[in-house]
Parts: sequence; C-alpha cells; structure tokens
Amino acid sequence: MHDKTLAELARSLEAGEFSSRELTQHLLGRIDRLDGKLNSFITVTYDQALAAADAADKARAAGEADLLTGLPLALKDIFCTQDIKTTAGSRMLDNFISPYDATVVEKLKAAGTVSLGKTNMDEFAMGSSNENSHYGAVKNPWDLTAVPGGSSGGSAAAVAAGLVPAAIGTDTGGSIRQPAAFCGITGLKPTYGRVSRYGMIAYASSLDQAGPMARSAEDCALLLGAMAGHDLRDSTCVARGVPDYTEELDTPLAGLKIGLPREYFGDGLDPQVEAAVRDAIKVYESLGASVREVSLPHTHYAIPAYYVIAPAEASSNLSRYDGVRFGHRCANPADLIDLYKRSRAEGFGDEVKRRILIGTHTLSEGFFDAYYKKAQQVRRLIRQDFLDAFEEVDVLMGPASPTPAFDLGAKKDPVSMYLQDIYTIAINLAGIPGMSVPAGFAGSRPIGLQILGSHFTEARLLNVAHQFQQATDWHRQRPAFAEENA
Amino acid sequence: MALEHADVQRAAHLARLGLTDDEAARYVDDLGRILEMVDMLQGLDTEGVAPLAHPLDVTQRLRADEVTESDQRSCFQRCAPAVENGLYLVPRVVE
Amino acid sequence: MQWETVIGLEVHVQLATRSKIFSGASTAFGAEPNTQACAVDLGLPGVLPVLNEAAVAMAVEFGLAIHAEIPEVSVFDRKNYFYPDLPKGYQTSQMYQPIVGAGVVEITLEDGTTKPIRVHHAHLEEDAGKSLHEDFHGMTGVDLNRAGTPLLEIVSEPDMRSAKEAAAYLKAIHSIVTYLGISDGNMAEGSMRCDVNVSVRPKGQETFGTRAEIKNVNSFRFVERAIAFEVERQIELLEEGGKVVQETRLFDPERDETRSMRTKEEANDYRYFPCPDLLPVVLDKAYIDHLRDNLPELPAEKRARFENELGLSAYDASVLSATREMADYFDEVKDVCGDAKQAANWVQGELSGALNREGLAIKDSPVSARQLGELVARIIDGTINGKAAKQVFQALWNGQGSRADDVIEAQGLKQVTDTGAIETMIDQVIADSPAQVAQYRDAEPDKRGKMIGYFVGQVMKASRGTANPQQVNQLLKQKLDALC
Repeated sequence: MHDKTLAELARSLEAGEFSSRELTQHLLGRIDRLDGKLNSFITVTYDQALAAADAADKARAAGEADLLTGLPLALKDIFCTQDIKTTAGSRMLDNFISPYDATVVEKLKAAGTVSLGKTNMDEFAMGSSNENSHYGAVKNPWDLTAVPGGSSGGSAAAVAAGLVPAAIGTDTGGSIRQPAAFCGITGLKPTYGRVSRYGMIAYASSLDQAGPMARSAEDCALLLGAMAGHDLRDSTCVARGVPDYTEELDTPLAGLKIGLPREYFGDGLDPQVEAAVRDAIKVYESLGASVREVSLPHTHYAIPAYYVIAPAEASSNLSRYDGVRFGHRCANPADLIDLYKRSRAEGFGDEVKRRILIGTHTLSEGFFDAYYKKAQQVRRLIRQDFLDAFEEVDVLMGPASPTPAFDLGAKKDPVSMYLQDIYTIAINLAGIPGMSVPAGFAGSRPIGLQILGSHFTEARLLNVAHQFQQATDWHRQRPAFAEENA
Repeated sequence: MALEHADVQRAAHLARLGLTDDEAARYVDDLGRILEMVDMLQGLDTEGVAPLAHPLDVTQRLRADEVTESDQRSCFQRCAPAVENGLYLVPRVVE
Repeated sequence: MQWETVIGLEVHVQLATRSKIFSGASTAFGAEPNTQACAVDLGLPGVLPVLNEAAVAMAVEFGLAIHAEIPEVSVFDRKNYFYPDLPKGYQTSQMYQPIVGAGVVEITLEDGTTKPIRVHHAHLEEDAGKSLHEDFHGMTGVDLNRAGTPLLEIVSEPDMRSAKEAAAYLKAIHSIVTYLGISDGNMAEGSMRCDVNVSVRPKGQETFGTRAEIKNVNSFRFVERAIAFEVERQIELLEEGGKVVQETRLFDPERDETRSMRTKEEANDYRYFPCPDLLPVVLDKAYIDHLRDNLPELPAEKRARFENELGLSAYDASVLSATREMADYFDEVKDVCGDAKQAANWVQGELSGALNREGLAIKDSPVSARQLGELVARIIDGTINGKAAKQVFQALWNGQGSRADDVIEAQGLKQVTDTGAIETMIDQVIADSPAQVAQYRDAEPDKRGKMIGYFVGQVMKASRGTANPQQVNQLLKQKLDALC
C-alpha cells in the first residue's frame, strides 16, 4: 500500500481493495514505527486523519467520491491548519494553534483528501538542508547520514520513505525542487500566482509558491488541479481557469524543443549529476525531442539578487512575531523593548536571525538603492533571460541541484549553503514553473532533473515529466529504508 | 560595502532582535560574507532597467466594500500570551 | 524683527467605508475591544491583504475635488516599525507613488477673500489600533478594532502663513470630505486628525526656518491655539539667540502649550519598500471619468449656484452651503416647493430657529425637507396663510401628522377664499358689533383705516384664522363704507 502512487491508490480505493481508513491506519502505523529515525513530521494528526478517512469512505459508499477522495497526504508545517499546531519549524510558533485553514488546506479538504499531519521544515522555510528546524534535522531515507534537502525536507523524506504517498511543500528559492531531487521524488513549483498563498506562512511574499511533492508527475497533476485556482483572499493569486492537468499527460513529445542553459552545466556541477542529466536528455531525444544549447546570461546574479530581495521581504514579514498577539513571549519582560528583543531572540533560530538582519540592513537608509532597487532591476534582467529563452525552446532542462544530497552537518558556512540553490533560485525570481524529476543516482543518493517552462505552462511540464516517467523507472525506485522496516 | 559591528547592532535594534556581543560579532562575520557575495550585483550595469517587484505583470484586484468578517475574538485570543477584558496586554508604554 | 510664519498640514481623514482597507472587518466606531479585528487586521501568520474598492474610489474622488492629477499607477509600500498597536510590524502606506497627485484647495478667509493652498499629494494607508494606558496591573492594553481602517493622508505644501489660514484650510478639507461623503469628519471620534508643521523666518527671507511638527491636533480650535503657541515659542527662542530644534511636539489643550515628545526615539528608519502582497493599483481613464461624472456638487460650486442661479443673497448662499446637510436640505425644500427665496426664508427662519432652540443638528430635524417643502408649497399656492403655516410647522415638528396637507385638513386650516363665505362671516361680525360699527361710522374717514383692524380680527377669529386676510380686508372695507 505504501508503495503506490496516488493514481494507483485511487484505483484501489475505487475497486474496494481497501478502504481509506485501512490505508490511513497503515500509514499512521508506519509513521509511528519509522519516523523516529527520519523526523519528517512535526505533528501527526491521528484523530483528524481517521475521521477524514471515515468521511471519505462514507462518501465513496454513497457514490459521491471524487478523484482524490480518501487519499492521504501530508502538509508542510507552513500551512495554517485550523485547531492544529502550525509552527513553520520555529520555536516562535511552538504554541500556535491556528484559528483558520489556509486556502490550499481548504481546497485539499474539499477534494476529500486525508491529511496525516504536518511535516518538518527549515524554520520559516529558510534553508536548503532541513537542518534549520527548531524540531531537529530531518534525515534522508536513502541515506540517513545525508540531508533530505530543504526547506520542504520533511515532506520529501516522508514521501520517499513511504510514510505518505504525497505531500504539499512550498518553494521560495528551490524548497520543493531541491528536496524532491535529494529524496528521489517528483516535485512541482507552479507559476507564481497559480496557487493561493493565503494561510501559507510568508517567508518572501513575491517568491513563495506552494506545490505538490509526490511519486510521479501524474500525481503532481492530480494534486495541482485540486490546489490551484483563484482566491479572493490573495491579491497576487491570478484569476485564471484551472485546466485538467492530467489531460495532456499522454501527449507525445515528438517535436518538443528542449533548451539546455549553458550556465547550468558549468563549474561546480558534480560529474555524476551532470552524467545523469545528460542521460535523461538522451531519453528525451529518443522520444522525439530536439535539444539545443541556450544561454541565461544573468544566472550568476540570481543568488546575490535573491539574498537581497528574499531577506528584505522576510525581515518585514517576520515583524509580526512580536510576542503580543500570538507566538512566543519571553518571561517577565522588563519593558516593551525587552519584550520585543527577548521574545524574538528566543523565538527565532540562527538562520532566521541572519536573514532578518541582512534584510533590515539592506533596506535601511542609505543602502536601499544600492541593494534593494539594484536587486529588483537585476530581477527583471533574470526574468527577461527566461522569456528570451522560451522564444526559442519549449522547455529548459538541467540539474535541480549541483550535487546530490550532502552529508548532515557538512555545510557550516551560510554562503556555501546558499550556493546550493544556484539552479533553482532564478526560477522564483522569474516566477516561472519548475519541476524536479528523479533521473538517476550517485551511489545511493538520488539525482533530480529540473524541467522549466514559461509562465502557466504547468500542463506542458507535467506532460514532459510524465513521458519521461513512462520511459524510465527512476521514479519507481524506493529506498531500502522503506522496505526493510516495513 | 563593508559591514561594521555598529551596522549589525543597528539592524538588530531596528529589527528588535536581542543579540549578545558574541552573537553580534559572529553576525558581523556572516553578514559580511553574504554582503560580499551580494556586492557582485554592483558590477552589473542596470542603467535604465525598471525594478521588478512582482514576477507577473498583473495589477491589483479590488474587493467590494462589504463586511464579511464576524467577531472571533475569543477564538483569536486563545493563542495570545496575555489578554484582559479583551485587550492584548503589553508592558506599559510610556508616551 | 518682523517674523513670518510658515505652516504645512498633514491631515489624516478616516474614510467612511463599511469595511477596512484590506479586510472584510467592520469599521464601525465604538465596538467592544478587538471584536472588529479579524485575522488580517491582527496580522496572524499567513494572512494577506486585499484592497477595498470604496477606499480607492473615495481617495480618487477627493483628488478630483481638489483638481489633482490622478496617476494611472499607484503603489503600496510598507513602513516598518515596531509598536504594540501596529500588528504586522509595518504600516501599509504609499511612500513613492501615491494615489492622488498635486492639487489645490481654496480657502476663504474671514474678510471674505480667498487663497489657494497647494496640496503636495494624498495617499492611502491603514490606521493603527489604540493603546489604552489605564491601569492593567501596570500594563498597557491594546485594542486593534481601529487597525486597518482606511486613512487618506492629505499633505499640503507649506503655503499657510497664519494660524487662521491653517484653520481655514482644515475647515475647507473638512467641508470637501463631508460634501463628498467620504468621511463623517467627526473630529471628536478621531475621524479627522492632523499633524502641523510650523516654522518661522524673518520676513522677506526665502529659505524656510527649522520646523517643529505638532502631532495629532484634533480640533479646529486646537490647531489655531497650538500654532499660536508654537509661533510665539519659536520667535522668542530665536530672538533670544536660540535655535529651533527639528522635533516632534505634542499640543496640550489643558495647558495651552506644545511640548517636546522627548522620546528617546532614535532617528527612525522606516525601511520603506513596495508591499509584495499588493500589486500596483492601475486606474483607467474610464473609471476616473465615471467617478468624476458622479461627483456631487462641492461647496464652492454650490455657493455660486445659490447666488447666481437661484438669486439668493451672498449671505444666504454662504449660510445655506456651509454644510452638505444644510445645502441638501435647502435644495430639497426648494425643489419641492419650487421657490428658492421662500425655501431659504423658511430654512433659515422657522426651521433653524426651532433646531437652535432644541440644540438639534439639521440631520436630526423632526421635520423633513420634503415635509417643509410641501408646507411652503401650500403657502405659495394660497392654500394656507402665513399664520396657519406656522401652526402647521409646529404640528409637524411635534409629530402631529406626517404631511402638511394632512395637518391642514385635520385642523381645518385651509384658507377660505370663497367670497360668499367670507361675506357671510363679515355680515355676522357687523351684525354682532353695533357699537363698533357706530364708532366707525362716526369717525373721520382718515381714522377709519385703523379702526378696521378690530373687524378683521373678529372675522379671522370666526374663520379660525383660515380666511384670506387680503380678501377680508378688502370686503370689510367695502361693506363698512357702504354703511357710512
């Protein structure tokens, strides 16, 4: 049961092979037995999950089941869930029981899915290794000495380990795609504005976007269909119809024009990763696609621009955590300033403080033009690189990460950690959609192929990923961790 | 642009983050290296390029002026650290 | 030395929307603490703002009323600072691209002359909550009901040269926003607050002196008093060889002085940047034209129309256009009765007198404009005479009947103009007053005019005031003279 994709589970539920309750119980049991070693969940919502599974079974018995009815999933702990602890991986919100549901959570509930709980993450989604969580690091199920990637590391690890068939993550600079790559699963960051951000705890508002993490492109298509769509509560969420993302999955790829950005195959790219990506491109050629090299000339400015824009937005977004209306409050504050300073010093972890400080500094008087305005100008140039490239090709392909998952504790220096996101970060600045698809291994550690498209071309990306998965079985590989402990 | 200890202390104060001197010293070092990386932007000519605040060229949608929210004070204040008579309490603010 | 005062005002106007600028919570005044602070107003994790259309429309209407340019694109920025009544740790405002550009407000001074005051710009922003400093065990209580109420901040150029001009400017703004109906203008409830920038310079000097900002002055009177004190303080300081410090000061109405806020408030650094949760507001020409076409008549236009088109005196026109409620009331009375001068007389006479006696505002008048209009119409068409009209007005005021016609009918006040009926009453009075008739007959003809008053009184009494006095006079004279 724990091996199957959502599409397969949906068929089994429909065929009556097992009930949603049985499936849910099975997975909750696995979480109990296995997650002690992974630490992929912050909160497991046993009672709510079983109640939702029962409701789904009842709906099915009444002939009212939809496509996703009764299918289990997990939510990154960045989504507000009513009456359930919502921490964003931070001590600041360790006591925060959300009084409301995020729009994505509402939509997934309405679709009949069963949430098993809230997954671990880098604090406030700031990190690329999931080592920045107040609730401890998450381990990579393929190799317990490796990181699962971040910031949606708990979601990726839980799916890879067979604890849940799919999970919802968020991606601000690669936080869906990089952990998907590190854990050998399929992840999609949609176009900015495709999915509502309401109720998704903000890190960097102009970059954050929620997306599905699952075992196949088909599953991502199913989930995106349920998550996406206009939301009157989010001004940045676009009013645009949601297509049936499964409809185009089987479209043949003959004639597909693939661009390989020269800058994504340069210095610092691990040779095993490069080999796996080049092999994947060959598969595409065998499917009838043509390949050419393109250039994204401002690629190397993406990380510097990101580390101005994202911390600036974050420094402001995180000001609401002041110990007054919710969240951590220090004991016995002497006065107001002491309340603020100690509550925030105690509530936030190291990386969060670092980014708040950077953002505060770069926005402050005398620095704004040199940093923030400059970064926004560069952001336009970066977006233009992609728009120009998509004049020539349908999709871009390259590695999702320059290396496979690295060892826990290996990257002590923040800048070297930031450089991990070299291939993912520009995508958020441009607002385009991107996927990571399993494409091989370096030893025991998975490698992800990144596929990028122009704004709102999710259906095409899912088609391109699905066709690859029809021709390969990288996405069907499961870590020994999931099997031997079963 | 080099970063001084005072810059970090100033940012920490603006951001209301309590830092010990040791922490501040560590951040001077960390932030200094981050800013060094960021300074690469200065080498790029962006003359005449309009800043881009949002990845999509869309405009603000307007909401009809309707009251849609009802009183949920007791629900919202369940997660509040200190309330009395419906008010959030903070150490006395001197004006 | 001769000193010149230079004044600029920042006026914050609470816009009269039903819901808040970025959320669907109510803006009603006076609710229990925090019962009108929704998830968005509280800045709960994950919430997002969506802009209220009415706030945008009201800001644009103001801009159109002061002949300002309305830029096609405006942008919201975040002003970052920590304060307990500021839930998100930033105020959403407009720093770089405000919704209303430069415009002009004309003020009328006491001697009747006018002066243009330039408005630099006006921008939309959200209000903060309130801190209550009563004793909560030495703590401060925070009420966020007001947080997120839409404000229009109107920033003038430093064009005012006296406290009187500043007060006139504030009154003009008040009049414009209440005419537009975009604010209730209630200063006591904080719907209009203002920060005053004051400096002095030797007369003839071009450059401005160092200014002090007086925060949160919330009445017309206080603006004058605060400026008067501040100007005196600055001149005294300078004449003693001192220097004015650029600082924020508070006006204390009880001690009639301003004093330095003296907060250890280190130089603020608000780190403005464009709010990433809100997109650029783009207003197309059609939208602006639509608002322009539907603008109500503004005070200056109204005064001119009353004077030029309706032929009212300058005095009447200015009294009747002083507030929108008064002007609207008058306009309706005039439309219903069809005579501007009669309408003006009744609104300023009987109605204003009654309102003043009872201390009522015109919007609370027990007699509606329609009722008064119908009443005046009955005077004009001769249905009732002036005396009866006052009776009808009193009845309407007291709620005895809802329409003038009903009161006239019920109390039998209809003017009698039927000559036969009047003659019958006259004949009866003459028959009942032989002594008076004899006196009349014996009097010198030039004394008779005075004596006829008695008979008129008796006839009017007999008709219970309803006989047409002119007819009574005329017929009596004929009949009495016939007896002589």
